[in-house]
Amino acid sequence: MHFLLSYLYEFRHQKLRMFLTIMAVSWGMANIALMLSVGEGLYQMMSRGMTGMGEGIVVMWPNQTSMTHNGFGPGKPVRVTEQDIHEGEKLPLVKAISAEYSGWSVQMKTADKNISKQVRGVYPCYGVMRNLIPERGGRFLNTLDEERRRRVIFIGNEIRNTLFGEESNPVGKTIWVNGSPFTVIGVMEKKFQTSMYSGSDAQASFIPASTFRTLFNRTYVNIVLLAPESKENSKDAQEAFRSLIAARHRFHPDDKELFHNWDTFETQEMQDKIFRGLQLFLGIIGGLTLLIAGLGVANIMYVTVKERTREIGIKMAVGAHPLLIIMQFLLEALFTVSIGGALGVAMSMGLMALFDLVPLPETFINVMGRPEPVFSGLIALVCVTILNFVGLMAGIFPARRASLVDPVDALRYE
Amino acid sequence: MISLNNISKKYNMGHVTVNALGPVTLTIHKGEFVAVLGPSGSGKSTMMNILGCLDRPSLGEYLLDNTPVHGFSRTKLARVRNMKVGFVFQSFNLLPFATAYENVELPMLYAKISGKEREHTVKHLLEIVGLSDRASHRPAELSGGERQRIAVARALANNPDIILADEPTGNLDSKSGAEILNLFEQLHADGKTLIFVTHDENLASHAKRIIRLLDGKINQDYTQN
Repeated sequence: MHFLLSYLYEFRHQKLRMFLTIMAVSWGMANIALMLSVGEGLYQMMSRGMTGMGEGIVVMWPNQTSMTHNGFGPGKPVRVTEQDIHEGEKLPLVKAISAEYSGWSVQMKTADKNISKQVRGVYPCYGVMRNLIPERGGRFLNTLDEERRRRVIFIGNEIRNTLFGEESNPVGKTIWVNGSPFTVIGVMEKKFQTSMYSGSDAQASFIPASTFRTLFNRTYVNIVLLAPESKENSKDAQEAFRSLIAARHRFHPDDKELFHNWDTFETQEMQDKIFRGLQLFLGIIGGLTLLIAGLGVANIMYVTVKERTREIGIKMAVGAHPLLIIMQFLLEALFTVSIGGALGVAMSMGLMALFDLVPLPETFINVMGRPEPVFSGLIALVCVTILNFVGLMAGIFPARRASLVDPVDALRYE
Repeated sequence: MISLNNISKKYNMGHVTVNALGPVTLTIHKGEFVAVLGPSGSGKSTMMNILGCLDRPSLGEYLLDNTPVHGFSRTKLARVRNMKVGFVFQSFNLLPFATAYENVELPMLYAKISGKEREHTVKHLLEIVGLSDRASHRPAELSGGERQRIAVARALANNPDIILADEPTGNLDSKSGAEILNLFEQLHADGKTLIFVTHDENLASHAKRIIRLLDGKINQDYTQN
């Protein structure tokens, strides 16, 4: 209670000084909050972009042998067949597996349009694995399509825009693929995708693998898409499939070069590390700004202690415990940084709201989406911790000096 | 109750050591009314600081209620000042931002006395010094005499046995001074031990015992009526 009184008194008598100190703290706080929030926003956006390609999948490209075995020298191409994939489905660590046949520059025709785009032959489970979500009124390929080699096609949203116009629903309409008529069964819902291996999904079309093999006369798959049971056994699942292929094709059982693998778990982990680093970096910069503000607070506190020597002397004369004097000035420092901190957070919130008004190039937004700063609970916790640390540091030394004041001298102090 | 045994206080001023007080040997009993007189530089302020546990002697033994306090730590001395001694200063030394009520309450806050008891005591003390109607005023809104009466009330807050006053009427006009003196005489009648430090012979004439200091040593020590 007395602490608050003397603080308010100080506040009234040193308006400008207090104002400047608090502004410094709030600017430091806004800085750190803003930096961390923008970093977090960027991270979340990148993560979303990555998951656009699918979560928890491994993309495997058949390569060639690297070891001599059974009389064959290295360099024998690995040719994965439909049968290999079906055997792979039985592996215990494999949650799902799909073949992907790729046709580049395939002619796609409607009544009035004629384009050349990528068409892929895939299994029904591919849609879930790669996050291909149909727009309302459409669907992805299903097992009947696969079994009966139906001539159905699921198209990317940009293909739809080119062939049928934006916002249109072409489900039920016909596209001639290499001269054969295909019925459109769905359009992919627009998604945010930053990771890709053979072009954006929005620019691709998907037909049943069985239909693809017949139409393009293919025997070997271009890509194997594997979803392991879990992140932990991703490596084992890949290894199990590799061993299976080695055994079935009589390659050397230890030949590690049969596939080139892209493990999205690993990519995600690496990206996480990069962003933790970035966050740390941004946090340190913001923290330094706050630290400088903290020095300002410490400075002011020293002046305050000096000016209030007499007050300290009076309190000591009537029996204040030295710890109580320390507490008083420590609390004042913490109080000052708390006010500054609260203002700073409000300031950063305001700046974040203004972030939407920053003009960004249209192409950037189309590819990346608009980055949104995210102020999370964790960031708040980090900010409050740093703020309190700065407050304590700024307060402890002046407070200690105050408690060491000699009451005899202090009472004589004018 | 107060027993000084060969107490002295020395200050280091650069290379020179100044002997501000002592050696002094002195006993003051409970309920005495003592005036410590002397010209400036005679060591009377130093003596008051040591008696009030604001300062520690360089040498010697100080027994307060049979407790040797000369070797006490700052923390322990704070406790002694809080509970056993009440100060009244020439320049009042009230907290400028706190009301009269809050100033009187302060020593009790440090003594961790409960809110109800504090309220009761503060009201009682303000009544004794005749300033019940000034409870919510700040020192700047009070006259010199009123401020000193608040200071006296504060000195009595934890009901100490000893009241130490350093030129308590020095900054007051004669009427206010007389009022303060009246208050002290009343306290003396109630059994408090009063010690004045002053160079005002007139003020000293009210005391029962006179101690005259000269060059840090006791020159005269006698009782009067």
